[in-house]
Amino acid sequence: MKRNTMSYKVQLFCMFAGAASVLFLAVVIIPFIYGIYLTLTSWDGIAKTKPFVGLANYVEAFKDVAYWQALGRTAIYSIFAVILINIVAFALAYLVTSGIKGQNFFRAGFFVPNLIGGIVLGYVWKFVFNRAFVAIASAIARGTVPSPLSTTTGAMVCLVLVSVWQFAGYMMLIYVAGFMSVSDALKEAAMIDGCTPAQAMWNVTIPLMRASFVQCIFLSITRCFVIYDVNLSLTKGEPFNTSVMAAMHVYNTAFTYKKYGLGQAEALILFAVCAIVGVTQVYIGKKGEVAA
Amino acid sequence: MTQNEQAARKKKIMHVVMWIVLLVLFIVFIAPFILVVINVFKTKGDITADPLSLIGAHGFTLKNFPEAMKKMNFWLVFMNSAIITISATVLTILVSAMASFVIVRNQKWTACALLFGAMVASMVIPFQVLMVPLVSVYGGTLGVLNHRLTLILMHVGFSVSMATFMFHGAIHTNIPLELEEAAYIDGCTRWQTFWKIVFPLLKPTIATVAIIDAMAFWNDYLLPSLILTKKNLYTIPIATQAFYGTYSTDIGLVMAALLLAMAPILILYVFLQKYIVEGVTSGAVKG
Repeated sequence: MKRNTMSYKVQLFCMFAGAASVLFLAVVIIPFIYGIYLTLTSWDGIAKTKPFVGLANYVEAFKDVAYWQALGRTAIYSIFAVILINIVAFALAYLVTSGIKGQNFFRAGFFVPNLIGGIVLGYVWKFVFNRAFVAIASAIARGTVPSPLSTTTGAMVCLVLVSVWQFAGYMMLIYVAGFMSVSDALKEAAMIDGCTPAQAMWNVTIPLMRASFVQCIFLSITRCFVIYDVNLSLTKGEPFNTSVMAAMHVYNTAFTYKKYGLGQAEALILFAVCAIVGVTQVYIGKKGEVAA
Repeated sequence: MTQNEQAARKKKIMHVVMWIVLLVLFIVFIAPFILVVINVFKTKGDITADPLSLIGAHGFTLKNFPEAMKKMNFWLVFMNSAIITISATVLTILVSAMASFVIVRNQKWTACALLFGAMVASMVIPFQVLMVPLVSVYGGTLGVLNHRLTLILMHVGFSVSMATFMFHGAIHTNIPLELEEAAYIDGCTRWQTFWKIVFPLLKPTIATVAIIDAMAFWNDYLLPSLILTKKNLYTIPIATQAFYGTYSTDIGLVMAALLLAMAPILILYVFLQKYIVEGVTSGAVKG
């Protein structure tokens, strides 16, 4: 067999990686490049022609007040959600690795929300907020209390709560792996040197788990920034479009208002913001990493 | 009491406290599901009157289920979801394991380096950036929407980079080149070597990829909702969304529909819980 000829290489590559390459190109690379071209047109999604408009869509995107409001809202939501997700996940991971009876059962239980899609979760919580919460709150207040989803702040708080509940179990698993990777000998050595358990945690375990923090924060930022499913089912942007997140705004611009070019430009801006925040976080996080 | 006994007692108390905290958190975590379960057996009026009571004033009822199943077309959408999830998962595994094999063993080839680099870089692209061009190419220009096969291939295309990345790591670190060389000396072709030697050794990674991707495909809403717009092609998340849009006031039916939508994966979780948690952990830590 001639191992070094070009035709052999091409044959081998196509045989093994052909299908993967074709699908990957067709679904990811070509749409990505074509999407950049679409931002330069004012296509309405139906017409045969795609009028070229240059950078007009970007100008319009920068002038689109509703878009920047949605983006700002997404940023505020993400800050709260990311911080809470990681605090809750870390606490859960600490509790389920402390050697308590039934810790595997708890670990499996906290993961349950991740099994179910955002659409279904959103509706489940909508019921909880609209019916169960109202029933409890009304009983306590001895009067009718409106659903938290009916106020602007309430809807945002609900979105944060549901996201924390949804993602904490997943991040918990990463933190659990982080806890397991820190050897007990190091903690014992610190304790022998006079550390309290809290000091050992703060000065030994947490610095060694830095990689887990970087990863969890990155994952939660990138997920929160493009939240869509829960947004759609839990609040649908209501009340009065004050809980429309960036991803939903992009969807509406493109598919509801048929401004494909503008919608795509706004999606690219969202991607850029998300990527910059995520990469900066990883860069800062990795810089101070300590090797065990 | 000696100091040791005192310390042991303190530790025991700590454990009890922690256990109670965990239990409370656990109940908070599963409370929404419990609420759905208790309300699904009540009539619409009883749920509105008191969503927290265990049994409604009109007693226990099962009639929400058959009606929700019929209106949601449950078995049809369940089959759609199952066909799409299973085919896309199997295809993703086959296609990416093969691709990663040629990439790992021929790292100096430009095509391999290029493909792998593009795949790794593409993992940061959110779906929102691709959805508009995807719909305009496959809906407008090619007109292949509303086919299960289109969705299956798209699922594969989107997940192939992550899966290839994971298989790449597994082959790179766990499969010694000597093993393959021995197979070549014994007369195996590359194709045979891959299927007879390499692929069977990838079992743990196959399980991880299968679990992660199957869950993602089963629960995905946005992509299927853009590709499948005909009622008879709906998957469970789309059908749930459509159902809620039509029957949101009939809260008993909504409860049944939500429980039906969650049931398949929850039942599977009861049996495969250990594998799912392990699979997701190894996937998350490596990815």
